[in-house]
Amino acid sequence: MEQVPIVKIGRTLFVSIQIDLEDESVVRLQEDLADELTSTGATGVIIDITAVEIVDSFIGRMLTMIGSISRLFGAETIIVGMRPAVAITLTELGLSLRGVRTALNAEKGLALLNGTA
Amino acid sequence: MDAYGEQKRMAAYLRDHHDKVVNRWAELVEAGVRGRISPDEVRNELEDFYGLLLRVMTQEDEHAAGELHASLDELSRSRARNGFTPSETALGVFSVKDAVYELVADTADLVPEYLAFSRMVDDLGLRTFEAYSAAREQIIGDQSAAMLELSTPVVRLWEGVVGVPLVGTLDSARTQLVMEKLLETLVSTGAEQAVIDITGVLTVDTEVAQHLLKTVNAARLLGAHCTISGIRPQVAQTIVSLGIEFGDIATKATLADALALALANAGLKVVPA
Repeated sequence: MEQVPIVKIGRTLFVSIQIDLEDESVVRLQEDLADELTSTGATGVIIDITAVEIVDSFIGRMLTMIGSISRLFGAETIIVGMRPAVAITLTELGLSLRGVRTALNAEKGLALLNGTA
Repeated sequence: MDAYGEQKRMAAYLRDHHDKVVNRWAELVEAGVRGRISPDEVRNELEDFYGLLLRVMTQEDEHAAGELHASLDELSRSRARNGFTPSETALGVFSVKDAVYELVADTADLVPEYLAFSRMVDDLGLRTFEAYSAAREQIIGDQSAAMLELSTPVVRLWEGVVGVPLVGTLDSARTQLVMEKLLETLVSTGAEQAVIDITGVLTVDTEVAQHLLKTVNAARLLGAHCTISGIRPQVAQTIVSLGIEFGDIATKATLADALALALANAGLKVVPA
């Protein structure tokens, strides 16, 4: 099973998903992220899904769930770099990722977290 | 009497009277096309056609039938593109029967041959109908594809603000195209504000509203903010009476209002020069 690395930059955790997301790796990411949030006390999570080309309802739900988990630790989640095709798929599936903010790219996501956008 | 024998005898007869038949046939066709195709062109087409017809009837080679069908299809397609009616197109084939009938009318011994020939021409005539309607359908398909392309521009209104002026009827196929184009533009330009202007959309029903909501939600997933503008009074009334909820999506009466909102969201302000 492939693991998604979590990078801490300042008070933000940066997760760049570069692999084909499988259910197991998403669950693993969820656990890792919770651990990391407790140990670092980060206030923001940026999930970069530029490389993700295929999503299904499970992954869509997981993204929302990651947002909910982060909020429990007082951190805000921003999903960045979503491809148009992925956005259309999620909309068609009826998933609007409530409770998670989105930004066009990592830079804008970071600006949003720092309140400079 | 076997069918092949009939066809061969008929072919021999037609070959003997080649010039007479082709001349008469050309006359009939020329009367039908009313000068839209030059007489020389008509004659050339018919000569080729007649030659192929004879080759099929004598069964000299197995490619003849295929060639005849191909040239017939090509003829029907070009007629369809040049605006001829289906009957005018089919008449071009059927009139060969008249031309031949005028000749064989006096010769009583060719009746079964003529009937077999007539049946064959009928089949060919039906084929022209099929090729003609297929060509017309293709033209209509091409046109609607072209209209779809024309009708969905995504324009840049300001730095970081894009607009989609929608005109006409919104259906699933068009919404899909609008959505794809809008999202691609948002990604490629890095714009964070989008305005969907529906001034040109005459009717808004639950389906159209559903499509609009989908587009706005998809744009939101990319991190862009969408405003819907150009809601006319009667459209507003319809939306309310249908009980359509736009939720927290911003709606404005005019494109100007929506642009002002988008600029404000982008942290920009317009001041007198």
